[in-house]
Amino acid sequence: MAILRAFLVLLLAQLVGEALHRALHLPLPGPVLGMALLAAVLLLRRREPDEALVTTSNGLLRWLGLLFVPAGAGVVANLPLLRSAWLPIVVALVVSTVLTASVTALVMQALQRRGERVVMEPLKETQP
Amino acid sequence: MISTLHVEPLFLLSYTIAAYLIGVWLQRRTKVALANPTLIAIVFVGLLLWVTHMPYATYFANVQLLHFLLGPATVALAIPMVLSLEHLRRGLVPTLAALLAGCVTGAVSAYALVRLCGGTPQLALSMLPKSLTTPIAMGVSDAIGGIPSLSAVFGITAGILVAVMLPSLLRLLRVTDPAATGLAAGTAGSGIAAASVIPLGPIPAAFAGVAIGVNGLLTATLAPLLARLFAHW
Repeated sequence: MAILRAFLVLLLAQLVGEALHRALHLPLPGPVLGMALLAAVLLLRRREPDEALVTTSNGLLRWLGLLFVPAGAGVVANLPLLRSAWLPIVVALVVSTVLTASVTALVMQALQRRGERVVMEPLKETQP
Repeated sequence: MISTLHVEPLFLLSYTIAAYLIGVWLQRRTKVALANPTLIAIVFVGLLLWVTHMPYATYFANVQLLHFLLGPATVALAIPMVLSLEHLRRGLVPTLAALLAGCVTGAVSAYALVRLCGGTPQLALSMLPKSLTTPIAMGVSDAIGGIPSLSAVFGITAGILVAVMLPSLLRLLRVTDPAATGLAAGTAGSGIAAASVIPLGPIPAAFAGVAIGVNGLLTATLAPLLARLFAHW
């Protein structure tokens, strides 16, 4: 019952996201708007999200990798393109990924040194 | 006939889930980042389509159920994000600055490198969201004129790359801060890379979780603007 209600919350958030995406021609995809909306609501309530919502989300996210397979398999339909453009693909993937990770890590470390370091409490149960 | 209507989705769903579980088993056995369950399942499905000459569209229509769940799963990313935000309030300014820097670097360098190496604009647009978590990457790719399934594969590959090389890269750059480690993993390699820093402790895990959500939102907002800027190149 509680799990079903939590699933309904996720579906409704996505539905509102899709509606906003279409009505306002927003550049963000519906599910992303739904995620932002749900995060905003949860933060504004200033309470921990209820247990069923955490359980249901963790359940979905634990098998997230499986949900990518139908879309990811679309690569077989694009094999000729991948074969003909392997050079830009390999260069962009490797170099851009190294750059992104380096810039993020260096900026974070530099800014934290200048200001106050992040004080972290030990996490409770945020990991799926 | 009603019975034949149900056989194809049943078989293809079972095959896909079984292939994924083989991937999970292989990853646990070998502990090699390249043995990624999603990647292994895609290879299995690719082989099936190749052997049976089944068109990709037929396969996709039959496993639509799994694809549909990506929507609510994307919404569900809000929960780990909110739970970890509680722990990050004090580091908010450095975190947001680092995320913005990583987001712009990732999107701009991905597009520019593809174009510099002779790739088409459509290929470059498909590469642009490669640092994002797959459901967001596919949505962004679709919105800016890329090929969503290509972006999904690029994103999964980028995640595996980060998981494999982040430790040596950070050693080279002399980055020791656990928050910076988590943030770099989540921003450059989303979920797959985040999974690789979870064993390092709660701080990298929390920052990786926030990075996935916030980078997804930032890039999804900026991508259409960047695509319009790039339209003349």
